[in-house]
Formats: sequence, structure tokens, C-alpha cells
Amino acid sequence: MMIDWNNFTPWTALTGGALIGISASLFILLNGRIAGITGIIGGLFRPVMHDAGWRIAFTAGLIAAPIIWLLFGQLPEITIDAGYGLLVIAGLIVGFSARYGSGCTSGHGVCGISRLSPRSIIATLAFMSTGFLTVYIMRHWLGS
Amino acid sequence: MKKRLGNTSALIFALLSGLIFGLGLILAGMANPAKVLAFLDLAGWWDPSLGLVMGGAIAIGLVAFKIAGKRSSSFLGLPMNLPTSRIIDKRLVIGGLVFGIGWGLVGICPAPAFVLLGAGSIKGIVFLVAMLIGMGLFELFEIYCKSHCASPKQ
Repeated sequence: MMIDWNNFTPWTALTGGALIGISASLFILLNGRIAGITGIIGGLFRPVMHDAGWRIAFTAGLIAAPIIWLLFGQLPEITIDAGYGLLVIAGLIVGFSARYGSGCTSGHGVCGISRLSPRSIIATLAFMSTGFLTVYIMRHWLGS
Repeated sequence: MKKRLGNTSALIFALLSGLIFGLGLILAGMANPAKVLAFLDLAGWWDPSLGLVMGGAIAIGLVAFKIAGKRSSSFLGLPMNLPTSRIIDKRLVIGGLVFGIGWGLVGICPAPAFVLLGAGSIKGIVFLVAMLIGMGLFELFEIYCKSHCASPKQ
């Protein structure tokens, strides 16, 4: 394994991660809810609309983050090499499977592991392993 | 009146939580799909940053969820909605495995997809729309499954 020391950003990764942890902490301790984006958005597809408010508010905060960031400086680089076809396929897979498996990187990966939930630990191990495998196949077998 | 105030502060804190979450993703570089893929590329030039993002978030989350687990209502007086299921079923494992494939294809997962929308990334928006359609298809699948799947819990 070769570590890419030029692009490895340990301090911003840790502080950014801490902010995500603070967000998840505020959300459970004040709102009594898990900061899992899949569950938050998934709930908007259900006909029970009395709890739509906080779901929309959390999502609005996520969308507003880069806009607020821009008030103080430039956004860090965003690079998406994938073509449109692959983005659509990946989006469909991510949307369906995150709901099917009851969570994604935020719900299982951050909140679930913080709760020491065996379900979330299993789910995180599952998506990490196929994530590693998919990138391996895409980059080192198919060479894209 | 009290209930209305409670609801308003819940909305404000939901907005604030989402905002802090998004800012954390941007600061950590996790709104950049190329950096996420660099973490998933163990055989290439590996960027361990995503691991530290999760470590930093979990270190703080562990404390908060420990406190949350001992309470029946939140500090705003709202019900504590902690998941109770402990069943490790086919859905959880298959869902996780398939999710990793989609994530590994382009390096975008649900939260960063919304940050990419705010950042005005056209490719990010294409992913987000497809992801929302995928979530809609799941709801249709659930409706279909209720009447056609023999034992959906197995």
C-alpha cells in the first residue's frame, strides 16, 4: 500500500469529521433524531406528512452549507470524473440500496457505529468492502 | 403555544445540524468525490482521509449517543427516536453490499449529493436526481412486496 502523502489531509479530515460528529450529536440530543440522510429523505416519500418539517430543514441545511461557505472563501476543489451514464446508474443503485439496507454512510457509518449498533457495524463493513472492491475493479481491471 | 415554540426550535436546530454536517463534509474534503474514491482505492495512491473523518465523527458521536441512550426524551423535550431493531437480516447485508457498489462507482453517497446540489455541480445534481428516483423505486418495491412477497422479513 502506498499512501498519497501529497493529498492526505489529516487535520481537515479530523476537524471536518468532528463537525459531522457535533452535528449528529446536536441532532440526537436536541431533536431526538438520527442524522442519517437516507432515513431523513426516505421519510419524505411516505404519506405521513406531519414530520416533513424537520426533514426538509435538515436537508436545506446540507444544501445551504456550500452557499454559506462561499460567503467566507472559495469552495475546495470538486472533481467528478464519472460520465453522466455512470452517475445515473450509481445514483439509482445508491438511492434504492440505501433505503433497502436502512441507511448509508451517515446513518450506519457515523451514527450507527457511534451507537455501537451491531446492525450498523455489519452494514458499514458490507458497503466498505464492496466500495473497495468496486474501485479496484473499475481502476485496476477495467482501467477507467 | 409551548408546542409551537418546541416545533420552531426543533426546525431551527434541524437546519443548524444539516448546515454543520454539510460544512464538516466540505472542510473534510468529502464533498469531493475524487477524494472519496482516493480512499476507496487501496491498490492505488491511497488517501486515508475518509477514515479520519469517520474516526473524528464517531469519537464525538460515541459520547452523545451514550448520553442519548440514557434518556427517554431529548433536551428539547422531543421523543428520543433511537433505532431498536437488532436483527441482522438479508436486507441489511444485501443493501449494504449493493450500496457500496454504487458508492464505489462514482464516490458519491447521499449527504454529499445534497452538498453538491448547493455547490451547483451539474454532475452532482444528475446523481442526486437519479438517487431520489432510486429511493422512489424502493417505495414502489415496498408496496409491491407487501402484496407479492411471501415473507418479507425472511
